Amino acid sequence: MSSTTESRAAAQPAASFGGMQARSSAALNDTVRVAVRNLDFFYGSNKALKGINFDLPDKQVTGMIGPSGCGKSTLLRVLNRMYSLYPGQKAVGEVVMDGKNILDPDVDINELRARVGMVFQKPTPFPMTIYENISFGVKLHERLSKPQMDERVEWALSRAALWGEVKDRLNTSAMGLSGGQQQRLCIARTIAVRPEVILFDEPTSALDPISTLKIEELIDELKRDFTIAIVTHNMQQAARCADQVAFFYLGELIEVAPAAQLFTAPKHQRTQEYITGRFG
Amino acid sequence: MDKTPEHTVRAYGEELRRLRELVARMGGLAERQVADAVAALIRRDAEMATEVMSRDAEIDALEREIENFCIRLLALRQPVGQDLRLVIAALKISHAVERIGDYARNAAKRSIVLAQQPTLGSLNGFQRMAVLVQEELKGAMDALVNDDAARASEVWASDQSVDEVYNGIFREMLTFMMEDPRHITAATHLLFVAKNLERIGDHATNIAETVYYAVSGTPLTEERPKADSSAFAVVRPPA
Repeated sequence: MSSTTESRAAAQPAASFGGMQARSSAALNDTVRVAVRNLDFFYGSNKALKGINFDLPDKQVTGMIGPSGCGKSTLLRVLNRMYSLYPGQKAVGEVVMDGKNILDPDVDINELRARVGMVFQKPTPFPMTIYENISFGVKLHERLSKPQMDERVEWALSRAALWGEVKDRLNTSAMGLSGGQQQRLCIARTIAVRPEVILFDEPTSALDPISTLKIEELIDELKRDFTIAIVTHNMQQAARCADQVAFFYLGELIEVAPAAQLFTAPKHQRTQEYITGRFG
Repeated sequence: MDKTPEHTVRAYGEELRRLRELVARMGGLAERQVADAVAALIRRDAEMATEVMSRDAEIDALEREIENFCIRLLALRQPVGQDLRLVIAALKISHAVERIGDYARNAAKRSIVLAQQPTLGSLNGFQRMAVLVQEELKGAMDALVNDDAARASEVWASDQSVDEVYNGIFREMLTFMMEDPRHITAATHLLFVAKNLERIGDHATNIAETVYYAVSGTPLTEERPKADSSAFAVVRPPA
């Protein structure tokens, strides 16, 4: 239960890797944006998450790694209550954001999803124009004048490093964009509603290496304003993007530590075996 | 630690095993060079000393091989965790062993000169130092091969006795030189040989330190025990 807190505390002294020091130690002292406490999750009678305790530090990137079925995507889906779309799925415990447990039944789910945005594995542009892809979500939550909306669309596309590539064709279909551009459009659409937290579920697994690097660069840029959680099967990606990395196995959180620590000298044997590729 | 499961990619596991073997072989070669260099000195055997000198090229070649192999592993396998620590350790250790080889060669070179000079004292101290530093080197290599952090930490803390023998030799040589200036050539060469052996001991403890980190993931942080006080020695000629 308290093992996560312990491993983070224990990680502190070893977190000095030259230039990476600032990044690693920053992961340890910041304010907590989302606090997960004693979280269990059930698919029917199957317990998919067992007593998870951990924090998403404010304006930091948290990477989640682990073999398929370890619960990392499930946890991501709890953070914006995506699971409540499905019958028979149940979360027990607390996920505290700004002092409020978002698992409470009185939480406005639409408002929650504006505060906790999500980007999926495959780009999912709406069959609309590029402009409408961005304005669509904003309209659900805010009433903006045309110039205000124009400004918001430009802001979101710029923050997603896409503005330069699409500014002359905002009124053409989003389906005409390349895969990498579509994914950045989805990121723009997510940040357009100005969330506090952005969840990335394997955001680059369908992209080529250059598009992948662009998204990673973007994540690094976005963490100045947003708290980010990213599920990835690519360990190098977790190492490149994340400030802290959490390793999940069979529904349990085995270890969470600054990325440099976790990838050089993990504390737990299971983590060691997984990251080095010795997993039976 | 020996329960560590095999790598999913068998070829990668094989490569890491080969890297260990290369480093161990290099260490073994250096041990032998140290032993032979001192044996050549004690037996006044110039031929043996020449052999030691020519064999140093093997150690240099192994260092290059290990370095290339590590670069290859880093580029193609992107090792992390214990594997990353092993690859970095191999790079550092091969560099240290290469230095050890150079010191052994230098000792051998001096023993050729010394074979033509009158004998000075018993040279027992040299034999003793050679045995001690060989043990350190062997201990550090065993620790690497067996993933034995405790053994590495033992070696790391054991260099004091080498320093003590070195101090003894230092004083002894000063005494010979003060007694008769004709001893200066031999005594100076012997001092350098002793210094070479002392440096070999220091490198062996550095290797042990590197092995400790590679095996355990935590660095040895406390100050290493040292006993070389020759830097403070002062002599005055007899009045």
